Amino acid sequence: MKEFKYTISDAMGLHARPAGVLAKAARAFSCDVRLIRNEKSADCKGIIGIMGLGVKKGDEVTVIFDGTDEDTAYEKISGIMRENL
Amino acid sequence: MQIYNGKGVSGGIAIGRIRVYKREQHISRISVEDTEEELIRFRAAKREALRQLQLLYEKALKDLGKENAAIFEAHQMILEDMEFYESAEAIIQEQKVIAEYAVFETGKRISETFAQMDDSYMKERAADVKDVSDRLLTILNASNGDTLKGDALNGDTGDVCNSAAAGSFISEEPFILAARDLSPSETIQLDKSKVLSFVTALGLSNSHSAILARMMAIPAVARAELPLDDSIDGKPGIVDREAGVIYVEPDEKTLTEMKLRKQKDKEKQEMLEKLKGKESITPDGQKVMLYANIGSLEDIDAAVRNDAEGIGLFRTEFIYMGREDFPTEEEQFQIYKQAAERMNGRQVIIRTLDIGADKKCEYFGMEPEENPALGCRAIRICLTRPEIFETQLRALYRASNFGKLAIMYPMITSIKEVRRIKEIISKVKAGLDAKGVPYGSPKQGIMIETPAAVLISKELAREVDFFSIGTNDLTQYTLAIDRQNTRLDEFYDAHHPAILRMISMVVENAHAAGIWAGICGELGADPLLTKEFLAMGVDELSMCPESILQIRKIILETDIKN
Repeated sequence: MKEFKYTISDAMGLHARPAGVLAKAARAFSCDVRLIRNEKSADCKGIIGIMGLGVKKGDEVTVIFDGTDEDTAYEKISGIMRENL
Repeated sequence: MQIYNGKGVSGGIAIGRIRVYKREQHISRISVEDTEEELIRFRAAKREALRQLQLLYEKALKDLGKENAAIFEAHQMILEDMEFYESAEAIIQEQKVIAEYAVFETGKRISETFAQMDDSYMKERAADVKDVSDRLLTILNASNGDTLKGDALNGDTGDVCNSAAAGSFISEEPFILAARDLSPSETIQLDKSKVLSFVTALGLSNSHSAILARMMAIPAVARAELPLDDSIDGKPGIVDREAGVIYVEPDEKTLTEMKLRKQKDKEKQEMLEKLKGKESITPDGQKVMLYANIGSLEDIDAAVRNDAEGIGLFRTEFIYMGREDFPTEEEQFQIYKQAAERMNGRQVIIRTLDIGADKKCEYFGMEPEENPALGCRAIRICLTRPEIFETQLRALYRASNFGKLAIMYPMITSIKEVRRIKEIISKVKAGLDAKGVPYGSPKQGIMIETPAAVLISKELAREVDFFSIGTNDLTQYTLAIDRQNTRLDEFYDAHHPAILRMISMVVENAHAAGIWAGICGELGADPLLTKEFLAMGVDELSMCPESILQIRKIILETDIKN
């Protein structure tokens, strides 16, 4: 299992567009990818779940990767988040 | 006359009849026996919606660029999200109801969970889900004849539009569109030639609709506090974006005043339009090349529309940013080739990669720096990581065979750097020769944007074909003021004599060596300096496409010797 913490700097938070980008990226992997904010968590492969977390600018989120390809998933998704969010 | 306030987000003045966009949905809970039939209808509607969204995505990609088009990709993902379609299918099966009701309920449930969040951005998220379910409903209604009333736009004829393309309603005369909010799909599908202005009760200046409206250059006012009912529908109105005011049934005085202002705006624009196709030359005969700064292929349209005589700065960073790995040589070649072809024989100056400082790319794997503005950026990255540089140069050289390309290198501080660039170019050319790949002979220029480059411009001028002065960085490095730091505004002087003297010196040294010198920073478009630049003998001014005609007007009216 791998974990990645990140503070969102996009002014609009995790809205539809970046949520779509994240979900699309997560779906390419077989491992579980979960996005956690405060007590709530969502499957990172579903755009609605991500949008439903209500992540705003300045919120810290944790992404947890669990499965065979967790290393590559970690690389890819942490990269996308740093660059887009 | 009634006056309503809002927040102006785009455009100028619009005068016309107001039409209220009513999205009415009365979805009844109708029971069915054959749930299988409803599931089939739902799935077909989903397929059709995905197809429509793909078309919208492609249209938006072409008209508005990738960033704005991505919203339609997100809508496709909402449709394909299990949370969405499993809920709809479960409602059909468990409650034995029509697909319309199941979609309506699903959209409502998800939207409601978002809307409860106390945050205007979350409400916009709910609007995206609603946009998707509305699309499905429109498709389902179209397939179901006229028994159900779906997405409808009520014009003053009272017509109900039930076409699959929500929002494409027909009106003879152009109108001011007033709505609670407009979804991205509604905004893009509107017949632009008929919409004079957008007035929305919700929406923020950074909402999808506002961004799209700005790109369409239509006046728009958001957060307008006006009643969206028959009290304004069909009435004459005026939208004044600058003041953020909507007048309904304006009185004579207001109408006259606004018409006058609108006329003045129009005259100014028309007068500028007339300057298209004219040479940029002063009455006493000094010629200046008026070029455009662009950041992507899409910007070429704006450059051509504003009659740019060439491209003075094509920033290539966009090719590298917003992606997860380096762009290939072929990918870059295609972009540069298209740029050269689309400018149709006019010069296109492409600046090599200028990443670093505030422009970052994760996959470059750069070390964090204490002082990025003075750090590993632009040409420094290219020279320390030649494989990145060589790929770009190969693509540029290959593309130079298809038009009048020139290459420009950023952040130069020494002769040594220029010589190293030349060595790398020789290597690139040798590689292309070995493979028998054809290439042209693009002119070679450098950006003058460091005080060091200014002071050695005499020597640099003997090494290259042209100079382009990047006044933004040059000002920041010369005045030692961080451009991003607003607290330093009182110390910042864009017209500082030091900068003007530097520009003059660079131009003089360029001319002494028989090469030309231009300006591609923000100062190039500063109307207060145009005359001074002309007097210095600046050969080229490159600016955002929208400023070109205004600067051409000044050039045409300015005698330098007086």
